[in-house]
Amino acid sequence: MTATKLDTERTTPPPIYPAAREPRYVGPRRNVFNGLSHVALVVWAITVTLPILWTFLGAFKSNTEIFGDPFALPDQFRLDAWGRAFTKAHIGQYMLNTVIVVAFSTAGTMLFGSMAAYVLARYKFIGNRLIYYIFVAGLVFPVFLALVPLFFVVRNLGLLNTHLGLILVYIAYSLPFTVFFMAAFFRTLPTSVAEQAMIDGASHTRTFFQIMVPMAKPGLISITIFNVLGQWNQYLLPIVLLSGEVENKWVLTQGIANINTSAGYEADWPGLFAALSMAIIPMIIVYVIFQRQIQSGLTAGALK
Amino acid sequence: MRQGKYRFVIGFLAIPVTLYAVFVIGPYAQAFYIAMTNWRGVSANPKFIGFENFTRLFQDEVFWKAVSHHVVLLLVLPLFTLGIALFLAFLINVAGGSRGGAMRGIWGSKFYRVVFFLPQVLAVAIVGVVFLQIYRPDGTGVANWLLGRFGHDPVLWLTDTWPLPQVNIAFLTIISVMVWQAVGFYVVLFSAGMSSIPAEIYESAALDGCGQLRMFFSVTLPLLWDTLQVAWVYLSIAAFDGFILVQIMSTETGGPGKATTVLPLEIWEKAFNFARFGYASAMGVALFFMTLTFAALALRVTRRERIELS
Repeated sequence: MTATKLDTERTTPPPIYPAAREPRYVGPRRNVFNGLSHVALVVWAITVTLPILWTFLGAFKSNTEIFGDPFALPDQFRLDAWGRAFTKAHIGQYMLNTVIVVAFSTAGTMLFGSMAAYVLARYKFIGNRLIYYIFVAGLVFPVFLALVPLFFVVRNLGLLNTHLGLILVYIAYSLPFTVFFMAAFFRTLPTSVAEQAMIDGASHTRTFFQIMVPMAKPGLISITIFNVLGQWNQYLLPIVLLSGEVENKWVLTQGIANINTSAGYEADWPGLFAALSMAIIPMIIVYVIFQRQIQSGLTAGALK
Repeated sequence: MRQGKYRFVIGFLAIPVTLYAVFVIGPYAQAFYIAMTNWRGVSANPKFIGFENFTRLFQDEVFWKAVSHHVVLLLVLPLFTLGIALFLAFLINVAGGSRGGAMRGIWGSKFYRVVFFLPQVLAVAIVGVVFLQIYRPDGTGVANWLLGRFGHDPVLWLTDTWPLPQVNIAFLTIISVMVWQAVGFYVVLFSAGMSSIPAEIYESAALDGCGQLRMFFSVTLPLLWDTLQVAWVYLSIAAFDGFILVQIMSTETGGPGKATTVLPLEIWEKAFNFARFGYASAMGVALFFMTLTFAALALRVTRRERIELS
């Protein structure tokens, strides 16, 4: 009971700021400064959006139009490049692969990461600190150091060129941040609720899944977003662990990078732009819907 | 209940610790040994050769080129990213004046924050391919089209190595993409810091006749110092990477003539294109010690500040 109450308290939205109205005092100097501020802000907003808009536009153009005025509209909005990107360039397949890999790896990361974090944060036992610091040390190690042995470990386990191998490696490399952050989060939760549940006869496992996990929801959401984005955007691990022989298993990022090289040979530039657009649009939609959670999720590490 | 505790602890730790040991700790530990072998080729028999890889590494011109590029990144990446982000965050948060005890953001501040942060959610690899098209060498890319409007000849963005071997156009072009993508993250980070600065401080400063420029340097910057240090540490760690953009955007893997190469790219190329596993691991060890030294240094600098403040 108490757990649900705490939970609702935690997720209450922050106070809404009063709607922006005319400033109290508008001097001429303030006005000029305000105007110049907008100019600078708009310039950066254009710098950010223009490359993306140009990519979208290119997806509807013909090859000759792409080499013309970059911001001229195409004489007709062609959709054939999208079809080519989806089927011939396998963007649909790459996207499906990415969804499968990220769904399993993020779920695994969150499950195993919070299990380890919970035990390390709330239970006293020999070796607790040691295991915790070994996990946290993973935050500073550059993954490039492990690259060669990792390749052979995955190969020797027979997991090279498989999605399972990629998923397990994603989980393993996401654990340091997840354990670090979730352990800090579990430490801030009150102990009384869990103790009460134990007195009432709940097992350790049940206490974790039915009491602690719901209480930790805000932290879990932030770190889930962090892991989804991080794993969706992975490029290094796929190009090392899913080689050229298994093109049908590739993820989106490595697929796009490859289309980039082949677009040059085949001179199918609209196809490349359509492929890029198809990779970018889902990210923008997800971002627009969850932008508040994403911003707090990604900056969570810095503001801990 | 107590007897169940250890079973529970072991049960919960078994899978995560096993995964972590097999795929993370094991490989890291092995890398130090592999770095001291002459392992070449997938099936060859590696022999222990001590520090030979390292002596060869220190005479390797490409290695030093890559290191010098990290030095450039360490200086240029934070300078531009933090400079632009601070400026934009200040405009967004402080230029709107104060209201109800807190500095009110400029009109449309929420919109700006959402737009600026957008590049952060896009995959670096995809951003790299987009900018590869924007920086096309002829007049058809956006960058050269813009220059053309001002009557400038097309620039060979990614193949020109003028003026210095370390600081050349090709490398700066790649850095510009890193800055483009990173700025929004730090705008949001600084906005969070700036919104916690009480408005009275700004108001009394304004009453004392403090202009916007002074306001920024005398009020905002000192009160944001903690956040700024965190940001600097983050970007410094990022300065030891750069793999994805260089791999995708540079010609001939870190070229032309290794003018844009970075250590992670050299490690990857030596290992997976040339199968020189021993040598690649030695490079990984070098990168590890550079990152570690820097992380320790950064931790010391930031910790000292924190003690002074409390």
